[in-house]
Amino acid sequence: MGVEFIYPEFEVIRNDNRCIACRVCERQCANEVHFFNAERGVMMSDETKCVNCQRCVSLCPTRALKIVKSDCKLRENANWQDDTIKEIYKQANSGAVLLSSMGNPKPFPVYWDKILINASQVTNPSIDPLREPMETRVFLGKKPDKVKRDANGKLLCELPPQLELSLPVMFSAMSYGSISYNAHESLARAATELGIYYNTGEGGLHEDFYCYGKNTIVQVASGRFGVHKEYLEASAAVEIKMGQGAKPGIGGHLPGAKIVGDVSRTRMIPEGSDAISPAPHHDIYSIEDLRQLVFSLKEATEYKKPIIVKVAAVHNIAAIASGIARSGADIIAIDGFRGGTGAAPTRIRDNVGIPIELALAAVDQRLRDEGIRNNVSLVVGGSIRSASDVVKAIALGADACYIATAAVLALGCHLCRTCQSGKCNWGIATQRPDLVKRLNPDIGSERLVNLVKAWQHEIKELMGGMGINSIEALRGNRLMLRGIGLTEKELEILGILHAGE
Amino acid sequence: MIQIQAANLDYKELNEKLRETEDDCTIENCCGQRFIATGMAGRTVTIHGVPGNALGAYLNGASIVVKANAQDAVGDTMNDGRILIYGNAGDAVGYAMRGGEIYIRGNAGYRAGIHMKEYKEKVPVIVIGGVAGSFLGEYQAGGVIIVLGLEAEGKRIVGNFPCTGMHGGKMFLRGNCEQIQFPSQVTARAATEEDKKELKEHLSAYCRLFDLDLEAILASPFTVLTPDSKNPYKQMYVAN
Ligand code: SF4
Ligand code: SF4
Repeated sequence: MGVEFIYPEFEVIRNDNRCIACRVCERQCANEVHFFNAERGVMMSDETKCVNCQRCVSLCPTRALKIVKSDCKLRENANWQDDTIKEIYKQANSGAVLLSSMGNPKPFPVYWDKILINASQVTNPSIDPLREPMETRVFLGKKPDKVKRDANGKLLCELPPQLELSLPVMFSAMSYGSISYNAHESLARAATELGIYYNTGEGGLHEDFYCYGKNTIVQVASGRFGVHKEYLEASAAVEIKMGQGAKPGIGGHLPGAKIVGDVSRTRMIPEGSDAISPAPHHDIYSIEDLRQLVFSLKEATEYKKPIIVKVAAVHNIAAIASGIARSGADIIAIDGFRGGTGAAPTRIRDNVGIPIELALAAVDQRLRDEGIRNNVSLVVGGSIRSASDVVKAIALGADACYIATAAVLALGCHLCRTCQSGKCNWGIATQRPDLVKRLNPDIGSERLVNLVKAWQHEIKELMGGMGINSIEALRGNRLMLRGIGLTEKELEILGILHAGE
Repeated sequence: MIQIQAANLDYKELNEKLRETEDDCTIENCCGQRFIATGMAGRTVTIHGVPGNALGAYLNGASIVVKANAQDAVGDTMNDGRILIYGNAGDAVGYAMRGGEIYIRGNAGYRAGIHMKEYKEKVPVIVIGGVAGSFLGEYQAGGVIIVLGLEAEGKRIVGNFPCTGMHGGKMFLRGNCEQIQFPSQVTARAATEEDKKELKEHLSAYCRLFDLDLEAILASPFTVLTPDSKNPYKQMYVAN
């Protein structure tokens, strides 16, 4: 108390007329906000610990609870806002680096919301997806430059390895350790049922999930956690993680407190030991070095699997992507600065990187200009929130989208942004067995399947409206997009016209 | 024993030939081909000539013997098996190695043993007969690194910044290393009898294979380095 005290951000409002003191909230809150006062026979709360994850609100049988933002604020100041001042207090109290989680919450422009999609009227009729076939299938991987035939004129169909997706959406990397066993199982089962892929992240693959291998992308990061021959062989594709949108330029760090039991075995480090992924791969300082890792993985998987290189969207992304496209990689995944994370320094999450929309447009254009667009497929992530974001991304030039925040929302995440605490009340970003079991993989996978199927319908409807019946015909079709309220420079980078033009 | 003539093969062809058989192989006239024996299990590959980068990456139990020098990234992310190098090795030997042994008779370049790990009984070991370059055992998270400094002729046994970010495992450097600066998060101390016993276990195979006098090597003092904390960054963050 005293100078170190920071007034709580949220208030727990309990409607005493409804509260029956069943103590459900007390059992549900891993942050230990609620407690029973036996003397007075009432429930009470310590809101200093509340993170507004809405677990108690959702589980209270009489709907007696709500969490509201506290109005006990410092004097208003447009320059020194409440959050800014409290961050100073926290650092003055601790001398430490601020640590946050999930994606950048700051009010940066969301270009998806400033792009509008076309539809057919009168000429070039629209298509009714309920009546007519609509192809959402895509193949990711290197495409041949020209059609090849043998001496008899027969088509030569041999292609470099491809990933086949029933629709251009995949679950992006979240490691076992940063999320729970049940969250991984939900993702793996949903990906299998949907005919898409999920991604192990850099924490290795739990032995129980090898059976979902043909729908699994395994990751190789600078810490190389859990990487070995069987892991690579189990997968459908291997992703080299060079960077992540939420924290470009820095590595990963899973605190020792989360390295328990199976997580420790899967990563192959002792329990309680920090899992540190250095910022760079210390054997990669050039595109040639990257090429070496790409080809060592190709050799290890006998050229049967596509190799993905994942990078964060940063200022020179077009030039970087051009290098990667020449490194032998089959797929480039670009992660925008609004991408989520289990933990990242606040300053980096909120200030480093660029929006995926601009990065995607710049990369697609650069690869086309250089005549190497067919060398690679492009997968984009970093806050794809809806089917319309997917359609816009494809029209800007992406081959597919990665989703992770949307996926964990489907699993029950309420975006409280405190994953770093390891006390996720929804059983997602935690390793505490009592919390993990709150996420039932039967229900989790079903909810993921629901979400992606719903998006698939919407994608078909949006495409049908444009008179387009396949993702192939939509890809890079920027004429289908118009900007609204954008500057000329922004339109130029996005390669689209303004609405009305 | 199958013999492969490597002189006119590129790495892809050479590795295909290696994969064609399950027998032990000798590679003749090796000349910089990369990725040899990637992920290989259960046999011995003997190499005459100089193999290229990423020799034995993801190695899964096979033995590799190199009669000459090796280049960068030997045993990258190696899981099990043994790599024996009669000459010197380049940079980043045993990057993120998680099991098995790499024995080098000569020197190793920069960043040897970076990010080695261990889990329970799986403890990787790197032994360097000569001297090691800078950043030895950077981010070391487990395993054992031993540098002997044999025939070093006044050269420092290790370059600059050894053990930077080390948070697991153990390092043994022959000599008392007074002139070497270690980071503040590791403890350097003279090897005890217990340590010497451990060293002996790790070194007996090495000395037998390279025909060296184990007792003579063990007779000199050794410096042992261990990290002070498994959680070097714990105090660095505050929840926001
Ligand atoms: S942390 Fe979550 S469960 Fe606990 S009181 Fe706040 S909203 Fe309720
Ligand atoms: S995963 Fe859990 S801890 Fe993280 S934001 Fe979502 S609800 Fe909060």
